[in-house]
Amino acid sequence: MKTGKPTRWVLPGLGLFQGLAVTGKNMVQSFYKKERMTTVQYPEERAPISPNFRNFPFLVYDKDPKAGLRCTACSICEKECPPQCIYIVLDRDENGKSLKRPKVFDIDLSVCMNCGICSEVCPFDSIYMDGEYELSTDDRFGGLLFGLDRLSKSAEYHMKLRPEQASEVMARRKADEEKKAAAAAAKLAKAKADAEAKKAEAEAKAAEGKGEDA
Amino acid sequence: MNLFAAISTEPALWSPEWLPRLPQRLVEMLLGFLGAPEWLVSIAGFLVAAGTVVGVFLGGFALLSLIERKTLARIQNRIGPNRAGWFGILQPVADGIKMLTKEDIVPAKAEKFLHLLAPILIVVPAILALGVIPYGREWTPVSLELGLLFFFAVGSLTELSVFIAGWASGSKFPMLGAMRAISQMVSYELPLIISALGVVMVSGTLSLPLIVEQQGGFHLGFIPAWNLFTPWGFFAGILFFICSIAEANRCPFDLPEGESEIVAGHMTEYSGFKYALFFMGEYLGLFAISALGITLFLGGWQAPLPGLGFLPSWIWFFGKLAIVIFMFLWIRGTYPRVRIDQLMRFAWLCMIPMALLTLPAAGIWTILNRDGHGFLAWAITVPLLLIPCVIVTVIFNRRLASANRTYRFAE
Repeated sequence: MKTGKPTRWVLPGLGLFQGLAVTGKNMVQSFYKKERMTTVQYPEERAPISPNFRNFPFLVYDKDPKAGLRCTACSICEKECPPQCIYIVLDRDENGKSLKRPKVFDIDLSVCMNCGICSEVCPFDSIYMDGEYELSTDDRFGGLLFGLDRLSKSAEYHMKLRPEQASEVMARRKADEEKKAAAAAAKLAKAKADAEAKKAEAEAKAAEGKGEDA
Repeated sequence: MNLFAAISTEPALWSPEWLPRLPQRLVEMLLGFLGAPEWLVSIAGFLVAAGTVVGVFLGGFALLSLIERKTLARIQNRIGPNRAGWFGILQPVADGIKMLTKEDIVPAKAEKFLHLLAPILIVVPAILALGVIPYGREWTPVSLELGLLFFFAVGSLTELSVFIAGWASGSKFPMLGAMRAISQMVSYELPLIISALGVVMVSGTLSLPLIVEQQGGFHLGFIPAWNLFTPWGFFAGILFFICSIAEANRCPFDLPEGESEIVAGHMTEYSGFKYALFFMGEYLGLFAISALGITLFLGGWQAPLPGLGFLPSWIWFFGKLAIVIFMFLWIRGTYPRVRIDQLMRFAWLCMIPMALLTLPAAGIWTILNRDGHGFLAWAITVPLLLIPCVIVTVIFNRRLASANRTYRFAE
C-alpha cells in the first residue's frame, strides 16, 4: 500500500492514551502472568536448545570411550576444515601398521568457526556438531584446545542431543553391520564351498591319477 | 546536660513534621550551646539544610536509576536488574563503582577546561533549583521571595552547560546534539514559563511557599483547591508537564541524546565520572522540574483529601513526586522519539499559543471568582481554552499525519 487514507474519524490524540494503556497493561500483567515474560534467568534456568542448534564438534563412541570410537583417523575432516583447526595423528602399532584409530585428535576452539563441514564430510558417522555453548574459559591456551578426552562423547549423548539424526545414523549403521555380517557369512560359506569343491576336485584328480596309474 | 534539656524542651523538634529539619536544628543548637558566634551558627545551619536536600535527592537519584530500569523492563515484559543484592537494590552501587573506576578520556581536540566545566555546571543548577522548593510545611531549604524567578533563572543554566559540553568536546556528534538541545530547550522554555505565569497571576506572588499555601483547602469538601482543578490550571498543568519532559530531555523528546542517531549527543565524548555527573544532573533536573510542577499545580505538600493531615506534609510531597516521576517513566516506555521538525513545530504551533491562552483564562477566572460569579467563570474559561485546544490539535494532527503518506523506499 503506497497511500493510506484514514477510514474513519478518530479523536485526535486518542492514540496517545491507547499506547499508554497497552504499556500499562504489559507492565501490570508482567507481575502475575508468567507466560508473558520473555526472558530466562540464565545461570539458574536455561532455554531449551533446538535440535538444529550446532556449535562445536564432538566425536561419537559406541560403548567404550577408547575402543568404541568411530573415528578411524582418515583425516578427511582435517583436510576439509576451512580454518584448519583439526589436528589428527594416526595410531600405529610397533610394526608401523595402522590401528585405524586416532592417537591425537585436537580441535582448537579459538580457531573453529562452527561451520559443521567436518560432520558433513565424515564417512564414518564419527564427528557431529555439539549443543554445548558454555565453552568460555580463563585459560586461553590449554582451555581452548580440545583433545580426545574432552571431544569423545557417547552415542547416547548424541541420541539425547539430536534424536532424529542419531536414530537415523544408528539404523544405518545397524543395517550396514548386518549387511557386512551377512557378506562375511556368505564369504565364509563360499570359501567353505570353494574349499570343498577344491577338495573334491583334488580327490577326483587323485582318483583319476590312481586310475591312470592302474 | 543543658543542651539535652534545651533539645527536650523544644516540643516541635521531635515531631515527624520537623524530621527533615532535625539535623539542621540540632547543629544550630549544638553550636549555640558551644558559644559559637551568630554568623557561624547560621552558616552551619544552611550547610546542613543544603546537605539534607542534596542527600535526599542523591539517594533519590540512585533509587530512580534502578526503578527506571525496573519499570521499563516490566513494560517490556522483562524483570530488570535483579542480580546485585535483594531485587537488584545494590545495582546503583555497582553502577557507581563502575562509573567511578572507569578511565576518564579527554579527546585530543577538546577544550580541556570547558570539557571539565560542563558536567559540573549541569549538576550545580539542578541542586540550586532544588533548594527553593517547599517540601513540607516546615521544610523549605531556602525560602526566597522570588523563588520561581530564581528557579527559572538557574534552570536556564542547563542549556549553557549542554552547549559547553557540545562545543568543548571538539567532535561532531556532541556539536550536533548540543545544537539540537539548544533549539529544543529554548523553544520549550517559553511555554514552560508562560504556563507557570498563570499561577503567578492568580496567586500574585513569586514565592513558592506562598503559592503552595494558597492551594490549601477543599472545594465542595473533598476536591482539593489545587491549581490543576481549575480550567486554566488544567491546561497549564498539562502544558507544563509536556514542556518539562522536553526540558528534562526525556523520551519522547530526548533528541539531544538520541542514541540511534547521534551516539549520545553532547555526552558522546564523556566517560567515567564526568559521564556520571551528566547522568546525575539530568536526573536532578528531572526531580527539580517535577517538584516545581507539583508546587505550582498539584498543591505542593497539601494533602489530597481532607482528614489526611495527620501525616507529615513532606510525605505528601514525595508521594506526588513519585507519581509524577512514574508518569515520566511510563511515557518513556510508551512513545517513540519524535523528529526534530515535529518537535519544533509542536512547540511553536501548539504549545506556545495554548500557553498564551491560559493567561487571559487565568485572569478572567480570578476576576470573576473574586466578584462571586463562579458559574460564569467556568462558562467562559472552559470554551475559551477547549475550543482552541481542539482546533490546534486537529490542525496539528492533520499536518503531522497527512493521509497521503508516500514511501519512497519501503513498500
